[in-house]
Amino acid sequence: MNLFSVTLIIAIGALSVCLVLTAIRFALGPTLPDRITAFDLFVANVIGIIAIYTELTGNADFIDVAIILSLFGFLGSISFAYYLMKTTR
Amino acid sequence: MLEKLDLLLVREIISSIFILTGVAFMLISTIGLLRFPDFYIRMSAITKGATLGVGLILMGLGIYFNQPSMLLKVLVIVSFTFITAPVAAHVIGRTAVQNKIPFWDRTNLKELEDYLQKEDLSEKESDIKVKKG
Repeated sequence: MNLFSVTLIIAIGALSVCLVLTAIRFALGPTLPDRITAFDLFVANVIGIIAIYTELTGNADFIDVAIILSLFGFLGSISFAYYLMKTTR
Repeated sequence: MLEKLDLLLVREIISSIFILTGVAFMLISTIGLLRFPDFYIRMSAITKGATLGVGLILMGLGIYFNQPSMLLKVLVIVSFTFITAPVAAHVIGRTAVQNKIPFWDRTNLKELEDYLQKEDLSEKESDIKVKKG
């Protein structure tokens, strides 16, 4: 295990701490828009974790997952906001 | 001197620097999400910090792999994230203002109130126009 993979594992660990902190905000966020933004940050964190995992294993196929995930994260937050706009009027 | 240079090592070092900078941005924006007092300030922290962090991590990935196809995919993800993150933040913030999510008490709200008054007047005028038409 060389220094490069140790650096990547440290980066994955820091992103996992990010996921835990985002989950805390998701659990105690007072309103629904707080939870929607926390979901947005979830998706960004998972895209970062997938990118670093692609670099760690050297398998170039995993980056397609990140493309699809960035698409679906945008669709998810937009549809949640649209639902919220529709239900309160 | 230049013939002995290990290009793989150089790519690994540059990629590690990019990835660690991106992870630091993500961590700072996540702490901002947890600690800021107001929904709107939290959303500002996430939209700027997490977008830049994801962009830096993916740039490090593209530099490490050193292939045109991988660089193209990375540029697709980065440009898509840079286009869609402000749009999503705008939509969610507008919905929050419509739903009357409370502001922080130290926020300066004068310009927003002026804008809302102007918006209400213009909506009434447009309603009148629709009724006349």
